[in-house]
Amino acid sequence: MAQTNSSGQGTNGVADESPNMIVYRKMEEVIARMQDEKNGIPIRTVKSFLTKIPSVFSGSEIVQWLIKNLDIEDPVEALHLGTLMAAHGYFFPISDHVLTLKDDGTFYRFQSLCLSPSAVYLCKRTMQNKARLELADYEAESLARLQRAFARKWEFIFMQAEAQAKVDKKRDKIERKILDSQERAFWDVHRPVSVYGLQNDIRTHSPTHTPAPEAKQPTEEELQHQITFWQLQLDRHRLKMSKVAESLVGYTEQYFEYDPFLTPPDPSNPWISDDTTLWELEASKEPGQQRVKRWAFGIDEVLKDPVGREQFLKFLESEFSSENLRFWLAVQEVKKRPIREVPTRVQEIWQEFLAPGAPSAINVDSKSYGKTTQNIKDPGRYAFEDAQEHIYKLMKSDSYSRFIRSSAYQELLQAKKKVQTRKSID
Amino acid sequence: SCDFAAFTFGQKYMRSPLSPEMATQEVPLNETLAHLKTESETLKLKLEEERAKLHDVELHQVAEKVEGLGQFVMKTRRTLKGHGNKVLCMDWCKDKRRIVSSSQDGKVIVWDAFTTNKEHAVTMPCTWVMACAYAPSGCAVACGGLDNKCSVYPLSLDKNENLAAKKKSVAMHTNYLSACSFTNSDMQILTSSGDGTCALWDVESGQLLQSFHGHAADVLCLDLAPSETGNTFVSGGCDKKANVWDMRSGQCIQSFETHESDINSVRYYPSGDAFASGSDDATCRLYDLRADREVAIYSKESIIFGVSSVDFSLSGRLLFGGYNDYTINVWDVLKGTRVSILFGHENRVSTLRVSPDGTAFCTGSWDHTLRVWILMC
Repeated sequence: MAQTNSSGQGTNGVADESPNMIVYRKMEEVIARMQDEKNGIPIRTVKSFLTKIPSVFSGSEIVQWLIKNLDIEDPVEALHLGTLMAAHGYFFPISDHVLTLKDDGTFYRFQSLCLSPSAVYLCKRTMQNKARLELADYEAESLARLQRAFARKWEFIFMQAEAQAKVDKKRDKIERKILDSQERAFWDVHRPVSVYGLQNDIRTHSPTHTPAPEAKQPTEEELQHQITFWQLQLDRHRLKMSKVAESLVGYTEQYFEYDPFLTPPDPSNPWISDDTTLWELEASKEPGQQRVKRWAFGIDEVLKDPVGREQFLKFLESEFSSENLRFWLAVQEVKKRPIREVPTRVQEIWQEFLAPGAPSAINVDSKSYGKTTQNIKDPGRYAFEDAQEHIYKLMKSDSYSRFIRSSAYQELLQAKKKVQTRKSID
Repeated sequence: SCDFAAFTFGQKYMRSPLSPEMATQEVPLNETLAHLKTESETLKLKLEEERAKLHDVELHQVAEKVEGLGQFVMKTRRTLKGHGNKVLCMDWCKDKRRIVSSSQDGKVIVWDAFTTNKEHAVTMPCTWVMACAYAPSGCAVACGGLDNKCSVYPLSLDKNENLAAKKKSVAMHTNYLSACSFTNSDMQILTSSGDGTCALWDVESGQLLQSFHGHAADVLCLDLAPSETGNTFVSGGCDKKANVWDMRSGQCIQSFETHESDINSVRYYPSGDAFASGSDDATCRLYDLRADREVAIYSKESIIFGVSSVDFSLSGRLLFGGYNDYTINVWDVLKGTRVSILFGHENRVSTLRVSPDGTAFCTGSWDHTLRVWILMC
């Protein structure tokens, strides 16, 4: 269980943050890098007609910087990320209300940090329901700092507005220009309907991402439970990574030809060709060669394909040894029934397969038989679990291998080939 | 106003009952608690050490011998328009062409995605229908959300019949329903909830068959193991944990905690030996059950928005992730690299599922639409 101490830090050392804050923090880290004097985007004053445009950079400079510094190959991807940042208000076009990024010479300006989304988000949270929202200490500190900065900034703007022609008019004018544009952009972001799909109205946020209160301290019982759990986990048998990796690689390689995204299906992918023949073929009782080949990958492949099951059963019946499979199928069926029907069904299965003198008697080890006899007295969905497991292992090593080696299976494997050859001649 | 009320009432954490002993024996119990805490933490660290000991190679190293994937062509082949608000969830029918989808305004729609026709529509009495699922028979759908319930609607062939009349309330939680799934039968439903639990229900009677406790916060997602014999499922939550459960006993049999934020989606690798997760920490991860550890992370410096949903292609070679920055990233599961990025949706991708035969995948988005995509190598 995650243990959190009072400063809101998880035991892995990463501060517990709400999902929104995580994204804002990451974007703000990128913005901070963009504003870095040495490696950031060069911010300059541009001369335009009779005025100067202070503190700007161009859209293509943003895109280029993202490509270079975030290891992005595709300009489209860089443009998309930049547009999202603009939609959040981290920088804005100085001559437009539309918060989007263009990969050209259009000029942009950075938003003031005290008007950043994280600041706004924290403010909004405290505004909603003060009693319920308990901010973690570090968040409360952060918010207080930002609120003070907020207050100072607005104060500053008001002061600027009130101040008449005073000392250093030029500098005042530039500062005012910058602040005015930042203020305007701020309100552009926080309009009810934003441009790039962003919705800043807190009520449209998903109810699953409400801010988390402090975790309760675990009780003695809970801790004991945890300890038992860790001990059980420690006793578990684990495989080496090398073995596991080989298995994962092996599986994907084996199924490569069955994956429609990697190997085009035969005759065609219905979504691409608008032709549903593939689905019709799969629904028919005639299994194609590729499908039959798959049954040899493992017993589960036969059991999960209805045609495979049918063929397997047919083969076993021809050998008069179908009771194991029939038992296994019956137990699977019981687990699918409503709970009301279970006791009757369990009795029926017991009578057919396990009771003394059962017509389709199966051979189960004495331990499982004993357990099952007990379970029958209070029959639930898992009454035959041990017996079923035993029978499954038996089928896997015995009946299934015989089926795959059988002439019946081999014929099915070859049959479709003949049909296909005929088709190609026609 | 309904969603605002639910917003203020929703509790992120389950309250554990106050132990009667705590009030009377203060000092000795605090010492015992501290001692137990230390013991628990020590064991947890020991487990991490044991898991790390078997880490003799990385998956992508072993995968070097595998041929690289070529360039992909990806297209939207169908766009389903009809929801009037954010699409939150979708599921495929076993017939490989029908889907059910649910949205923020309470609408649940059943489509034949192949023809784009809407076949059924029902309006739930609540907003934020975050979960929906198709029954294996194709004859019913289940859904739920801020009503804290999971309800089953039998699908009638008579288009004029009022679906809402036949509605059956199955699951009852004490907080929002985040996900639901039928087991391999129309008769049982597995649910996960903001109340921190998962539960298995008998559809006919509404009886609770088994409940699963262990998450320390909202459970956001679940997925059933694709085994013919197994009785396990995996769940992910706001406590950053992915838990594997035994459906029969209700016990948590394995637990993984490496994500740095909420886990929004979990999905089994097709063999059932591993599962992938997608989180608000902007990464997808692969956990192997036999190695008992995280075996791969799928992330990039330029991907900073959270993952809402993940699913595998049929062979398990490709992992698709739907992201909150409106994109879909396609990952090479073995080599750990991103093979493609898809643009198309105009708002966050909230749900993503590969079709039952792997011929296409469908995404749902906050831009009110669903899209069916194909991939060609």
